[in-house]
Amino acid sequence: MKIDIILCGVGGMGALSTAAIISQAALDMGLYMKQAETHGMAQRGGDVQSHLRLSDKEIASDLIPDGQCDIILSVEPMEALRYLPYLNKEEGWVITNENPFINIPNYPEKEEVLAEVKKVKNSIVFNADKIALDLGNPKGTNMVVLGAASKYLKIDIEKLEKAINDTFGRKGEEVVMANINALRAGREVADKI
Amino acid sequence: MEKLLLLGDEAIAQAAIDAGLSGIFGYPGTPSTEIIEYIQASKEAKGKNIRSSWASNEKTAMEAALGMSYAGKRAMFTCKHVGMNVAADPFMNSAITGVNGGLVYISADDPSMHSSQDEQDSRYYALWAKIPILEPSNQQEAYDMIHEAFELSEKFRLPVMLRITTRLAHSRAGVVIRKDKREQNQIAIPENPKQFILLPVNARRQYKELLAKQDGLELESKNSSFNKYIDGENKSLGVIACGLAYNYLMENFTQTKCPYPILKIAQYPIPTEMVNKMYQECDSILVLEEGQPLFEEKLKGFLNNGKKIMGRLDGTLTVDGELNPAKVGKALGLEVSEGFEVPSIVAPRPPKLCEGCPHADTYKALNEVMADFSKGRVFADIGCYTLGALPPYNAINTTVDMGASITMAKGASEAGFQPAVAVIGDSTFTHSGMTGLLDCVVDNTPVTIIILDNSITAMTGSQKSNATGRIESICEGIGVAKEHIRVITPLKKFHQENVNVLKEEIAYQGVSVVIPRRECLVWLNKKRKEEKQKQKQQE
Repeated sequence: MKIDIILCGVGGMGALSTAAIISQAALDMGLYMKQAETHGMAQRGGDVQSHLRLSDKEIASDLIPDGQCDIILSVEPMEALRYLPYLNKEEGWVITNENPFINIPNYPEKEEVLAEVKKVKNSIVFNADKIALDLGNPKGTNMVVLGAASKYLKIDIEKLEKAINDTFGRKGEEVVMANINALRAGREVADKI
Repeated sequence: MEKLLLLGDEAIAQAAIDAGLSGIFGYPGTPSTEIIEYIQASKEAKGKNIRSSWASNEKTAMEAALGMSYAGKRAMFTCKHVGMNVAADPFMNSAITGVNGGLVYISADDPSMHSSQDEQDSRYYALWAKIPILEPSNQQEAYDMIHEAFELSEKFRLPVMLRITTRLAHSRAGVVIRKDKREQNQIAIPENPKQFILLPVNARRQYKELLAKQDGLELESKNSSFNKYIDGENKSLGVIACGLAYNYLMENFTQTKCPYPILKIAQYPIPTEMVNKMYQECDSILVLEEGQPLFEEKLKGFLNNGKKIMGRLDGTLTVDGELNPAKVGKALGLEVSEGFEVPSIVAPRPPKLCEGCPHADTYKALNEVMADFSKGRVFADIGCYTLGALPPYNAINTTVDMGASITMAKGASEAGFQPAVAVIGDSTFTHSGMTGLLDCVVDNTPVTIIILDNSITAMTGSQKSNATGRIESICEGIGVAKEHIRVITPLKKFHQENVNVLKEEIAYQGVSVVIPRRECLVWLNKKRKEEKQKQKQQE
């Protein structure tokens, strides 16, 4: 088993907490893992990314080689496009929230961005923000996207739920359940496709 | 077997705790910051009474670490690569004094400049000082090497450098933790009372001792379990892979075995015998280094009249920037996989000041004031406020090194380019701005120094600032006239008032200090969240 994931978004959108949850689940499963992330200056409203590699064998590089990423998991559609050079052209998936986060003056047209994402052979582009909002958890977009991606992660959703519990446990039962519900709602989207 | 999920930085910190550390010293700098943060947050470290608060700068930090070593205890120093420049004086001289308790210096280099103003390879510093370097290729090695580093340091009575780069510092992996933890050392001053007195007469003797240790150090490298010669059948090429580069090499051989002999280097001084073996056996050599071509330069030599040496110098790899699996694969002549190109519509998303950042209000006021003068008069510094160089602010004209705002404004003012304004953060001011301010006061140079006080070291992720609560008294103590130390509140509603204060102080023909004071919002939110959580836990 081997899976390479890029998690991306804009600083503060929760891409790095998603990475932490998958890592926790992978560690629980006794898998080898490496997770490289962006810190420091780039976090100030800039694009953030994390390379997450899981395998049942030892992993050499902290960075995913070009053209070998299995899943790009993004909370923002243009950010998903930024990492296409890493994607496995034939078998890779792009799973992304469809709503742009516009904090730059030259953000392209939303339709153009979504059209580019849909050019990829395997993609799920959906309104994760709305699902999160409907659940009363507007900050849960990252968990909804993770839920949709969980179908292709080769990790049981129960393991992810346990990881959410481990990660957010100290914030209380309410926060844990809100995130688990977001995860499950995202999974439903993927299951319907 | 206990396995923890740790960043490279955290693996180093945990290893130091386990190796009997008594104190860690440093100044925040990406990608090194998480080492000290880990120890500050560690209950185990607290229980062991390991000191870990931030120093004012890298020089004071390294000197304090050396002092702890003098007293017989194990100490560690951390910085980002440019911090080595600040600490260069104690660094070079600590190689001459040597150490008493084990002393390990960590330099976290940032090739590709993800969060830095230059690419420096700290291995040059360590080779220059003639001290050993350990350069881990993964998190487990980083953990194990800290133990080795303290042992080496106490065996040879020298400081030891552990050099990492961004991708290791900020990448997480499972790390096996040792059960046999070492106790801290007892206080014991050096046996030789002259060891730390670098009068020329002593220094000459100590330097000879350092030179005499070199053969022993090289023997350690040769016998080190971290350096490996892995034989291969195809001798047309030999590959030397230093530190992290070894991972990128192995990533290209996950399905097949590398056909070429490999020399994995993770401990220096360079083990000449191992290199010579490869040189004798192979027709050509490829050198892979995450950083500058230090090894390659030495191997190639000035005349380059030996076997073919490939690497960053001959264009096989780029001279600048970090390595990755594809770059290394191509250097080996392998076919590498490729993904899609980035669609042309994708726009860059550069970092910027946060919504509501106090610096933004200061820059708006400053821009209005500076519009009365010709361009190019604002000398800035290193921190979040460096982002004031970008639109929509375009408010600053220089950013060079910590503290250079004040001294460059001084020089420009002395050239007759007045008014000259310096912009510096609170933490950067206590790092390296205070001595520059003294120079201004001594010469009574007309400069206006804006000390942005957001009460935290913000850029690196909210570390405590040594300036908090002290700025006015420092400025007054250095000799700035009290009436020219002005505190303003950078908020929209005070805009006109702030513009007026800046105008007055810029018009003043002497040293003036304006302190825009408002807390960093990221930190404020963090603090509020933590307080809420504490409250919840108490309920």
